[in-house]
Amino acid sequence: MTTPFAAKDVFGRVKGLGPSHEGTKHWWLQRITAIALIPLVIWFIISIISVAGLERELAIAWFGHPFSALALVLVTCVGIFHALLGIQVVIEDYIHLDWLRLTSLILVRFIGYFLMGISAISAIVMVFIRFMGTN
Amino acid sequence: MVEFTLPRNSQVKKGRHFPASENVKNKKVLQIYRWNPEDGENPRLDTFEIDLDNCGPMVLDALIKIKNEIDSTLTFRRSCREGICGSCSMNIDGTNTLACLKPLNEVTDIGKIYPLPHMEVVKDLIPDLTLAYAQYASIKPWLQSETIPEENAERLQSEEARAELDGLWECILCFCCSTSCPSYWWNGDKYLGPATLLQAYRWIVDSRDDATGERLDNLEDPFRLYRCHTIMNCAKTCPKGLNPGKAIGEIKKKMVERRS
Repeated sequence: MTTPFAAKDVFGRVKGLGPSHEGTKHWWLQRITAIALIPLVIWFIISIISVAGLERELAIAWFGHPFSALALVLVTCVGIFHALLGIQVVIEDYIHLDWLRLTSLILVRFIGYFLMGISAISAIVMVFIRFMGTN
Repeated sequence: MVEFTLPRNSQVKKGRHFPASENVKNKKVLQIYRWNPEDGENPRLDTFEIDLDNCGPMVLDALIKIKNEIDSTLTFRRSCREGICGSCSMNIDGTNTLACLKPLNEVTDIGKIYPLPHMEVVKDLIPDLTLAYAQYASIKPWLQSETIPEENAERLQSEEARAELDGLWECILCFCCSTSCPSYWWNGDKYLGPATLLQAYRWIVDSRDDATGERLDNLEDPFRLYRCHTIMNCAKTCPKGLNPGKAIGEIKKKMVERRS
């Protein structure tokens, strides 16, 4: 905003392209994932602390357990999803160049979903290999 | 991107000094932002020394005294001088408030007075509120009803329904809250800001109004409503002690309620 607003075209400016009827889902999901992350992150921190001192074999066994693997997938996916929602807000808040905002949003999502995919798939593969190995 | 520094021609320079006469015992120093669009100069901070024994108790009294007795070019808005018109909103000692409700004895030794932050300045302490007023108009701040009341009759409300408006109707639209909100600073062209959203909720929650759905439709947008990140500067600064952040939270709750 560098020029004063002329009263005659200010109403059109306020209306802009109209309301997009979006935002509620984003806001709601951000809160839901935040609540979900409370137990998940507590579990994650406790687990990492208790695994840290273990023998290599025991640590691998712990990570291979279906519950741990599943919880790990959850904490990574929910965490990354929550972070994506948050980063979107930061980008929308601070980047005012249309093309740069759009590019940043797309890029951040690509990276986020890519990380989520990799972590989820690798965890599932890990559990699978573990089971194959024991049976 | 967001601008964190002032452009060179907006940087505030040291201004003039108007000392009080030597026999003044009880004085107050006020530094006031001055900018004149017509002289081509940078803004400056003028220093005025006020004789408190010959001045009313409020900051607005001091401003009027300066305009009457020291520098008649000092420009500011004022009207009711009792916190009901919302004209004299400005930034005093770093907080947006009404000059008429701010006692001089609560101002620091060298009190600093600026216009409302991050708005275009018309002159001195007068911000350009054109956009803010247009945003207020965009929420249709009037009763929209499908029915016509009986002739010579009022639209009645229960006491409970009327109580829903408490904490909302008191808003005087001084825009202290909107101009204290970082989200409004960064995205004030699209985000409606706390003042306008509190007013929007005042009509959404009014039991006599039938346009609740349309009102929510008009607000449901990542920028118009959801730029509020509950920073709560609005509630902290409101000179009427209201809580726009809570009103915005209630709007968000209604948004979730109608889709679940």
